[in-house]
Amino acid sequence: MADSGIGARALRKEDHRFLTGQGHYTDDINVHGQLYAYFLRSPHAHAAIRKVDTGAASKSTGVVAVFTGADVAADKIGGLICGWTVTDRHGKPHKAPPHPILAHEKVRYVGDHVAVVIADTLTNAKDAAEKIEVDYDVLPAVVDVAKAMDAKAPQLHADTPQNLCYDWLLGDPAQVDAALAKSHHVAKLDLVNNRLIPNAMEPRAAIGEYDGGTDSYTCHSTSQNPHVLRLILCAFILGIPEHRVRVIAPDVGGGFGSKIFCYAEEVVCLWAAKKVRRPVKWTAERSESFLSDAHGRDHVTHVELGMDKDGKFTAMKVETLAAMGAYLSTFATCVPTYLYATLLAGQYTTPIISANVKAVFTNTAPVDAYRGAGRPEATYVVERIVEVAAREMKMDPAEIRRRNFVKPDQFPYQTPVALQYDSGNYAKALDDAMKLADYAGFASRKAEAAKRGKHRGIGFSAYIEACGIAPSAVVGSLGAGVGLWESAQIRFNPTGTAQVLTGSHSHGQGHETTLAQVVGDMLGLPIENITVVHGDTSQVPFGMGTYGSRSLAVGGSAAAKAADKIIAKGKKIAAHLLEASVDDITYAKGTFRVAGTDKTKSIGEIAFAAYVPHNYPKDLEPGLDETAFYDPANFTYPAGVHICEVEIDPDTGVTKIVNWAAVDDFGKVVNPMVVEGQVHGGIAQGIGQGLLEGCVYDKETGQLLTGSFMDYCMPRADDLPSFKVGMIETPCPHNPLGVKGCGEAGAIAAPPALVNAVTDALGIRHMEMPLTSERVWRTIHKMAAE
Amino acid sequence: MHNFDYHRPTSLADAAKRLSGEAKLVAGGMTLIPTLKQRLAQPSSLVDLGGIAELRGIKPEGGGLTIGAMTTHAEVAHSAEVKKTIPALAVLAEGIGDPQVRNRGTIGGSISNNDPAADYPAGLVALGATVITDKRRIAADDFFKGMFETALQDGEIVTAVSFPRPDKAAYMKFPNPASRYAMVGVFVARTGGGIRVAVTGAGPGVFRATEMEKALAGNFSADAIKSVKIPAAGLNSDMHGSAEYRAHLVNVMARRAVTACS
Repeated sequence: MADSGIGARALRKEDHRFLTGQGHYTDDINVHGQLYAYFLRSPHAHAAIRKVDTGAASKSTGVVAVFTGADVAADKIGGLICGWTVTDRHGKPHKAPPHPILAHEKVRYVGDHVAVVIADTLTNAKDAAEKIEVDYDVLPAVVDVAKAMDAKAPQLHADTPQNLCYDWLLGDPAQVDAALAKSHHVAKLDLVNNRLIPNAMEPRAAIGEYDGGTDSYTCHSTSQNPHVLRLILCAFILGIPEHRVRVIAPDVGGGFGSKIFCYAEEVVCLWAAKKVRRPVKWTAERSESFLSDAHGRDHVTHVELGMDKDGKFTAMKVETLAAMGAYLSTFATCVPTYLYATLLAGQYTTPIISANVKAVFTNTAPVDAYRGAGRPEATYVVERIVEVAAREMKMDPAEIRRRNFVKPDQFPYQTPVALQYDSGNYAKALDDAMKLADYAGFASRKAEAAKRGKHRGIGFSAYIEACGIAPSAVVGSLGAGVGLWESAQIRFNPTGTAQVLTGSHSHGQGHETTLAQVVGDMLGLPIENITVVHGDTSQVPFGMGTYGSRSLAVGGSAAAKAADKIIAKGKKIAAHLLEASVDDITYAKGTFRVAGTDKTKSIGEIAFAAYVPHNYPKDLEPGLDETAFYDPANFTYPAGVHICEVEIDPDTGVTKIVNWAAVDDFGKVVNPMVVEGQVHGGIAQGIGQGLLEGCVYDKETGQLLTGSFMDYCMPRADDLPSFKVGMIETPCPHNPLGVKGCGEAGAIAAPPALVNAVTDALGIRHMEMPLTSERVWRTIHKMAAE
Repeated sequence: MHNFDYHRPTSLADAAKRLSGEAKLVAGGMTLIPTLKQRLAQPSSLVDLGGIAELRGIKPEGGGLTIGAMTTHAEVAHSAEVKKTIPALAVLAEGIGDPQVRNRGTIGGSISNNDPAADYPAGLVALGATVITDKRRIAADDFFKGMFETALQDGEIVTAVSFPRPDKAAYMKFPNPASRYAMVGVFVARTGGGIRVAVTGAGPGVFRATEMEKALAGNFSADAIKSVKIPAAGLNSDMHGSAEYRAHLVNVMARRAVTACS
């Protein structure tokens, strides 16, 4: 037990199949008689479609069907939806222009779906697609979020003047302005949060199947949330009753948010499967992933932070332009509002804050949640302006943070931006991180580096985020179209092993191990005796899936509640078998005992009795199978301090990260190895954003210039230092496990730590991400931007 | 990928016979296969040189080395013979692509493709190598003709590359952070015939930095070339590096290569 319960560094159960090539991903699945879909995509960022001629393509070898936007419109198929209504500052809902699954009359970004060819082989489908003739009337495009509202910018959609999706406000800017005017000093900064392309290792894929005998459908998809996908497919787009559709999201190779959403391709596969009466399969090629996966970030922000003469923050004002892309993706609207502006207090007691966010359409791929979703953008704003403030006030960057921290005795702490922080110990994380980073020794390391001609710098990031998404009533009041509880079911087998079914979905996070540890610890089972089942709507109770670092805090809590129900029922069975009163039965680590005696029954014996109830309580149902739903009382608030140390080669401008210390508070940790893996991966992604990654569209033509790994720079092992990871533990007070989410923290914390370190090394105020070697070189040599 | 015929001849003569119409030679396929997959090329047939044993291997010859055209980058990188005779060439090969590319990609394929960001052209030019084909011998200086162009005639097949042994040589590469191709690569060689500095990645094709060669002839030290500016005009410029930045990096990489030589 000791090696697999809560707190154990248990090796991941799922790794055997992944590491030996025996995983089952969507593209590994082949259905008898399947056809292949190939999407013809728009080569233009913005164009009217005058005519689509599919005549020659339809007659091409092996082609079964060719469909266009006109066919979709004729079948009255609904468009893709945005599931979160943001109410603007005037009380009106956001603009939600139509988002057809195949473009109709207009294309709005390079990669927009124009037609689909369905053929016996992928090669034949591609050959046919080359024969489709599309007559485009090319229109001017706008790809830059900062230019989308310009008077001269082309308007993407009818009824969306200035390409404005919403103009949203949190807080009172007039009050904030007054407080800023009275402040001793106001630090100001303009910054860009660079647009990113997710690049999960497994590209998106889908298989649509239709069974005419039962008038039912199966959709295999690389989804992070199969039930939510089913709900959207059925109730909003295709108009099919939910009980006739089974969605299976088998092994999924990474998502980072990009696989939360309902995309055109999976809808088309399902719709077309019925039309052609054969299964239809589609797997994205990497270049399609670049073009059509929902991208992340893409903000332009102005921030002002006021402080008194001691560096205590007095007020903060934030104005942000956020790109939505050409159409609204499933949760696009909530990311730069409720997942962003609500985090602008950071770890600090800033008394008043206002945030104005204008979301705009651009001729680019849709933008939606990407690892951290809103919180990295907020943390970047807060931790950059705090750094600038420290430098302008000539204060130590650690000291200005410490002086403004919410203190341990202030919890629960109500921020001025809606959230109520539940627990934390920010100063402790800072102290530990400074020790781990050897902050005291930095000055001598900097001097030593200078002797070698290198610029050395250090940067802090004291981040907080809200995850474990989310209390249903809260998100409902903010415009969410769903509740964000989670489900779990524990099914014992007669021989004492168990299945744990979860509505969350693992696409790399290790749920099959972590959830088994939680349930195993509570029920006294080794994790080998537990199978975790997820990702199939026909097996698992309705669940909300995985995103927002919610699977353990919400899904794990549901599993713990189900385990409690198992124990409660087990006590009744044990009482009967041991001829005692239920009140006299105690339970610990898989053993039911008559209190104060040596009369016991193991949970295995109880399970056997429940399924072979020859000697069983009269008033009790047989079976040992319990379902629980858990709706969290609040978000969880992981927080911590990351410290980055860099060394810059002035000859080349190359930044080398020489040290990275991270101290995180994730509450109770179930599997430290899995959590450290999440922290490592998150930091790597954050370093990717800070140093290497940046999605670039050509400003004139709207072509995606970073359309492959030849130009889009992903972080690799040799770009990264060996991370020093520490943890502190202030348990979450409102969930049964005391846990906080850990999946996004690294990606949230890392970018400002890196930028703070580089700007410290160079003695400059600010520099935009990614901090490419040429940008750094030009900065050092005071040359104009490239 | 469009359909094509596939041949795997076992002799050079047979390979040459197959090269008619829209046929293409395939060595390691590291550029050609992705091009086919993206439907950017449509050859009628592929003639795979992988079955011709005589095209493979590393031989000491006349104090230098002869490397068969189908020798992979990994074979060059790990060869005791190369490490002994021209260690800088082993370093160059070890820095190409990733392990998969190094175990498929070949020296003959790389130089015949002449990608302006490839590493080998700098090595061949700086070392004064000779490209051997099934028809003739071509000096490296005459072989590379600009972006993706070489002196090879239709149907001519590279069989080997012959390298003289330098006194000292070093290769310094500034990789494109995304592709890891050379954004700038500078190969410096000090040979009996003089000092040669060859630059890849920076321009539309490999070129010699003759001003640097002159400066180094008088004083073989990094300081000697510190003030030798490479003009930015005509150099490559893209989102990863402007021509100005590349010109600067040529100087930095050249100095580092010279330092590594001494």
